[in-house]
Amino acid sequence: MANATTHTPANRGFLEKSGRYGGIFSWIFSTDHKRIGLLYFWCIVAFFLIGSLLGALIRLELFAPGRTIMGAQTYNAAFTLHGVIMIFLFIIPSVPAAFGNMILPLQLGARDVSFPRLNLFSWWLYVIGAAMAVTALFTGGGPPDTGWTFYVPYSVGTTANVSLAAIAVFILGFSSILTGLNFITTIHRLRTKGLGWGRLPLFVWTLYATAWIQLLATPILGITVVLLFVERVLGTGLFDPSLGGDPIMFQHLFWIYSHPAVYIMVLPAMGVISEIIPVFARKPAFGYKAMVISSLAIAFAGSLVWAHHMYTSGMSDTAVMIFSLLTFLVAIPSAIKVFNWLATMYKGSILLDPPMLYALSFILLFSIGGLTGLVLGSAATDVSVHDTHFVVGHFHYTMFGGTGMAFFGAMHYWLPKIYGRMYNKKIATIAWVTIFVGINVVYMSMMVVGVQGMPRRYYDYLPEFTALNRVSTCGAWVLVTGLLMMFVNIFYGTFRGKSVGSNPWGGATLEWTVSSPPPPENFEEEPVVTHGPYDFKKAGVV
Amino acid sequence: MSEHHKDYTGAKLGMWFFLFTELMLFGGLFILYAVYLKRYPKEFVTAGDQLSVVLGTTNTLVLLTSSFFVAMSITALQRGDKKFSLRLIGGTIAFAGVFLIIKYFEWTAKFHHGVYPGSPHMKEIAPGESIFFSLYFITTGLHGIHVIIGALVLAWAMLGVKTGKVNGKDWILLENAGLYWHLVDLIWIYVFALYYLVL
Repeated sequence: MANATTHTPANRGFLEKSGRYGGIFSWIFSTDHKRIGLLYFWCIVAFFLIGSLLGALIRLELFAPGRTIMGAQTYNAAFTLHGVIMIFLFIIPSVPAAFGNMILPLQLGARDVSFPRLNLFSWWLYVIGAAMAVTALFTGGGPPDTGWTFYVPYSVGTTANVSLAAIAVFILGFSSILTGLNFITTIHRLRTKGLGWGRLPLFVWTLYATAWIQLLATPILGITVVLLFVERVLGTGLFDPSLGGDPIMFQHLFWIYSHPAVYIMVLPAMGVISEIIPVFARKPAFGYKAMVISSLAIAFAGSLVWAHHMYTSGMSDTAVMIFSLLTFLVAIPSAIKVFNWLATMYKGSILLDPPMLYALSFILLFSIGGLTGLVLGSAATDVSVHDTHFVVGHFHYTMFGGTGMAFFGAMHYWLPKIYGRMYNKKIATIAWVTIFVGINVVYMSMMVVGVQGMPRRYYDYLPEFTALNRVSTCGAWVLVTGLLMMFVNIFYGTFRGKSVGSNPWGGATLEWTVSSPPPPENFEEEPVVTHGPYDFKKAGVV
Repeated sequence: MSEHHKDYTGAKLGMWFFLFTELMLFGGLFILYAVYLKRYPKEFVTAGDQLSVVLGTTNTLVLLTSSFFVAMSITALQRGDKKFSLRLIGGTIAFAGVFLIIKYFEWTAKFHHGVYPGSPHMKEIAPGESIFFSLYFITTGLHGIHVIIGALVLAWAMLGVKTGKVNGKDWILLENAGLYWHLVDLIWIYVFALYYLVL
């Protein structure tokens, strides 16, 4: 840590104690969007670490056939928790709730979001929902063991504590809805002078598209878990064939939310990448309009493809064909984004700083995830790999290789702004290489073993799958090492790192015009925007 | 936040967005209704006939009148008649009570016939009929919860009017409460049509 000298930045901005309360209360009762963003950030990181630990334990159990470190019931609980924590407590709020809160008002030139108190309430709901999810582990008939999808009839019949987990998901969904509502209103109402829709940073556009999905799709999850809860408590029979119900309807309702939720997870991540790449390639984003339209198109088309999770559940062939076609259509706007990122870098003077490294690996890993998604989107190939480890490998490439990498990229890109301190770039780079290698080893071997026929979620497996499972587990150790290295470096850099100026990366969007850390009310006076978000020349940074 | 000027358009916009989510919440139940109606058309008609159109119509009228009241209360406040406005809001809340009482009698009458989720009787009747009643209880139950929430929000707005926080110049809280109340009314009109009228 040679370059990490410790001296306090002259200006501690919004981090300085202010307002009515002191200590921790100045955080948990703060309506400042930056403080709320940081509250989300640290909670999310904590849950990510817990989720990763569970993931590592699952991999350890699969190191050898038969029992390795835990029993079958514990294993079921472990993968359920891993899923619930990673999906609802990490990925969904990761970029939008943490970095959206920190950065959105800054990029809009606003003092705060439209409804600051509602914003704080959303965070409280997130914490309450998380606490209930954790409580579900230790109370009732044992930790939930249904997988994060809560499929009926098992989720209705099991004695495990599914009811409490369902309420937790409902509350977390409510939190997500309110954040989305807040962001849409903020983007409509609080753009500063000169910041027309055509000059919005692409990150804002993706948050906008995401917020609409949060607003319109999340209530469906709400009603689904309510129905599950009612089904368990009262025995309404809506999903029970013996009473005339249909379990497939549960799957439909569940995926009407949970597929668009995939885009809640990945769209803001794409927005982060769209911010990072122009800055580090020193070139304006290629095809701004196409990027905007593709974000909205992903949000729209992504809401019409849910049943591609159900090809083998017993739908009509016509339905399968239609959903397959729609699924392929979503690939188009995603591909537009990938090509535009590449075109942005073409002939740019690329700086390989840590945020850029994460962005570059996002493109590769997300492309692998996306292309293997087409294997699953096509009904004929899906039937043979459905519910195998191929699926697990695929969605970890999109979720971890995609959203996870973008989250880490956003961390390395924006935390210096928020804390006014820089991490050690050399260690960050080494951590990135380790993580990148780890991800590929873990999930590529999963995909291969899946094609060979190993089902997902099984406790035990045939001896011929042993070799690849070992490779995957070893990869998990590499991955965990990289993650620890990265977080320690970020943590150290955040509190002890060298102080940085207002614009360490040379960005042209508004958040780089204020001091690092930003002042409590963001801008001394209302800024006026005179150029596009990636017009580095007019911004005077090149 | 005292130095920030209030953004009325923003506040109303936010409320509309929230109403969208409420529509989607009930949308999930309407999807189930549509699918199961297609599957059990005859059973739905048999079961639907057992609901009282008279009570349903009465409740519809109660809610429509209450919506009218809350709309008038905003106009009254804008014209500076605080007392009349308060009475109108009070009337709306009273109508919410009447609606819930009628609903209570409807439900308990069903309970007496052994029709409630998970009852032994529900396992004996045709599967389509039990599905109808389960959906009926869940939908009207969820709607009932919304009536209660709506009444509480209105009571909050009423308190605001009383203390003068909500007044002839700043009535956004009352207007948003009113918007929410109209939504409660609107959803009921669909529930009424689907469960009482068309079958």
